[in-house]
Amino acid sequence: MASIFETFLNGEVMLESAGLLLRGLLVTLEVSVLVIPGGIAVGAALATAASVAPPWLDRALSWGVDLVRAFPPLVLLVLIVHGLPFLGLEPPPLLGVAIALTVNTAAYYGEILRAGIASIDRAQWEAARSTGLSTPGVLRFVILPQAVRNVLPDLAGNTLEAAKLTALASAVALPDLLRMARIAQGVHFNPSPLVLAAILYLLFLWPLAGVVRRIGGRTTLPV
Amino acid sequence: MGIFFDPEVWGIAWPPIRSGILITLALALASIAAGTAAGFALSLARTLPVRRLAAAIVVYSDAFRAFPPLVLLVVLYFAAPFAGIELSGFAASFLALALVLAASAEEIFWAGLTSVRRGQWEAALSTGMSRAATLRRVILPQAVRLTIPPLTNRAIATGKNTALASVVAVPEVLNQAASIQAQTASPAPLLLAAVVYVALFLPLVRLGRWLEDRFPSP
Repeated sequence: MASIFETFLNGEVMLESAGLLLRGLLVTLEVSVLVIPGGIAVGAALATAASVAPPWLDRALSWGVDLVRAFPPLVLLVLIVHGLPFLGLEPPPLLGVAIALTVNTAAYYGEILRAGIASIDRAQWEAARSTGLSTPGVLRFVILPQAVRNVLPDLAGNTLEAAKLTALASAVALPDLLRMARIAQGVHFNPSPLVLAAILYLLFLWPLAGVVRRIGGRTTLPV
Repeated sequence: MGIFFDPEVWGIAWPPIRSGILITLALALASIAAGTAAGFALSLARTLPVRRLAAAIVVYSDAFRAFPPLVLLVVLYFAAPFAGIELSGFAASFLALALVLAASAEEIFWAGLTSVRRGQWEAALSTGMSRAATLRRVILPQAVRLTIPPLTNRAIATGKNTALASVVAVPEVLNQAASIQAQTASPAPLLLAAVVYVALFLPLVRLGRWLEDRFPSP
């Protein structure tokens, strides 16, 4: 038993790699802080555009969203991060990752918010317009507040998914928590840093999963 | 832009990517079958009147839905050997994807089972049916309807997550494309891989959308 602890929960190795892991954790948090609000903003823009667009544009948007959803997020990430330089664009690695993950997660946020807007009776639009509100005003003050409330559980579920996506950054060599844990493992030839990273992920994500369960979110997202 | 569509590189990349498709499909089908079956078994086990078992299942389900699949895969592949468990890349990927899917599937089946009203149980039991027969003949047929759209979506997500196996050197589509990209210094193999993924998954994504409209959740 002692040897298992020494191998997987080696205090000395964990202490020595703590600095590295902490730097990685900061990068993971940076990615989350860019991707989650970014995805919500782009998704909200997509959903509101679809709600006022003519039917052909609405259909085109839905195909576009499905095209993004057909990509494994890692494939989208690799394509954007390794493909952009060939177009002469060399964004800093963090920005490249943030763009790819935002595109992915915005498609899901957009789909959820679109369902939320569709859940509001059409008569509410007409009633609000008849009070003299402009179309943006109707969306902002009448439709969106109710729409968001109706799909809050799904929004929370997708936020959990978006936070989990950040681990993909390690696959394109961004020095995030998972990447730093792998590096520390190589240095010490001991898996304790990986175990510590796994514990850190759980520490952040488990409470979020608990929130999702409490407000009744499907953790089963639309695709 | 032309470099993305270089026909010569597409020609070089196609044979390895084609063999990658078979591995992607094998990994997807194996982990979807195992994960769904395990999730179903867990949800049935949770109906048993054993409180500790039910609590353990809830903990498992929450933990594996909270955990990023890639982190689980990396732990299985790079840490397990230190415990004397040497998994191949394919086996580690299969296990990671199946464990994650089982957690979601358990939750979906459970939501389906609990959506069937109590009166249905009582009525069926009062006809003299056993618990097992009630579950099989009355409850499950009603529960399954509700589980179809979310389960389809989870299965598609699992299929897409097979791309993670490229990180542990499984020669599936993304991995093959990345190695040809390195050899040819061209982004064309990645674009070809993207086309393959879209061809595989776009029809399934549309199917998922259709199922959600067809069987709306209450």
